[in-house]
Amino acid sequence: MKKQNTYKAAFKAAFPYTLPVLTGYLFIGIAFGVMFADKGYNFIWAGIMSILVYAGSGQYLAVNFFAPGVSLFQVVFMTFMVNIRHIFYGLSLLDRFKTAGKKKPYLIFSLTDETYSLYFLTKTPEGVDEGKFLFSIALLDHSYWVLGSVIGSLAGTLIPFNSKGIDFAMTALFIVIFVEQWFDGKNRFPAVCGVVISVIGILIFGRENFILPSMIIILLALLAYRKVPESKFGKGEQ
Amino acid sequence: MPISFSRSVIIIVLVAITTFATRLFPFVLFPKGRKIPKSVEYLGKVLPPAVIGMLVVYCLKGVTPLSFPFGLPELIASAIVVILHVWKRNNLLSIGVGTVLYMVLVQTVFK
Repeated sequence: MKKQNTYKAAFKAAFPYTLPVLTGYLFIGIAFGVMFADKGYNFIWAGIMSILVYAGSGQYLAVNFFAPGVSLFQVVFMTFMVNIRHIFYGLSLLDRFKTAGKKKPYLIFSLTDETYSLYFLTKTPEGVDEGKFLFSIALLDHSYWVLGSVIGSLAGTLIPFNSKGIDFAMTALFIVIFVEQWFDGKNRFPAVCGVVISVIGILIFGRENFILPSMIIILLALLAYRKVPESKFGKGEQ
Repeated sequence: MPISFSRSVIIIVLVAITTFATRLFPFVLFPKGRKIPKSVEYLGKVLPPAVIGMLVVYCLKGVTPLSFPFGLPELIASAIVVILHVWKRNNLLSIGVGTVLYMVLVQTVFK
């Protein structure tokens, strides 16, 4: 029997798995589009940004950069901070991407939270090429994101409605991730550390400048915590 | 547009490059077979929850606890997001309800 190693087979196999991401990306994509439109950027801007950047929380945060007085260093630094978790996603996919060949750069580019979690929820079906299967998931997710942001942008531009407060979607998104991690991890010290040091950071350095110093102190605190014998991350455990 | 066309383009390009760089980083740093140091593994576990905690604070940095509306819309909406999420564990539901509630609060109750 001939194996169905075509893209068609891969997309067919991948599509049902991506349905939850379809609804999710349409929703948060729409919210991004509305926020961006609010700043005065139309659907072309939203679409291009979603094609080129393709990051949920990153793009939410980036909406704040389109304002006078934000330095380019701040743009790079904040983007790096919000995406720092991606570094650790890649670490767990080093092996799985090995066989992807020419598709590998795109798979790396499109490694969002949702796509990453789909990779771990799904197994490549029998007879479908792994690289093509992963590529299909990535491309479908990416297209939902672009579609969502364009819809949101058009809605935000064409339908006049009071969108005041819609930026809370970003806060809610981070709170949700925070709660997820709170229940995932056995040790809550890092999460508490992040919140407490940032609040103290605001009190000392002010709300516009607290990120960099807070981040450095968080990093030092976490590295110091590793030396604490009763920390569950100590050398004895791993 | 609050800033110029060219600056807007530069920001999008910088955000795109930085985002891609964070995703590319591990593949460049640890090519096939290279061992991942223990300290990197450790940071991989502890840094994400800490950074997300920091970002929650970043999102809420605009609240004014000492003057109207005393951070109440944020407090109420955030509490609902947490409660809904602990209860239902549905990302869309938590974010959707929380956002709509916040919009209602800042547009009608705490004008």
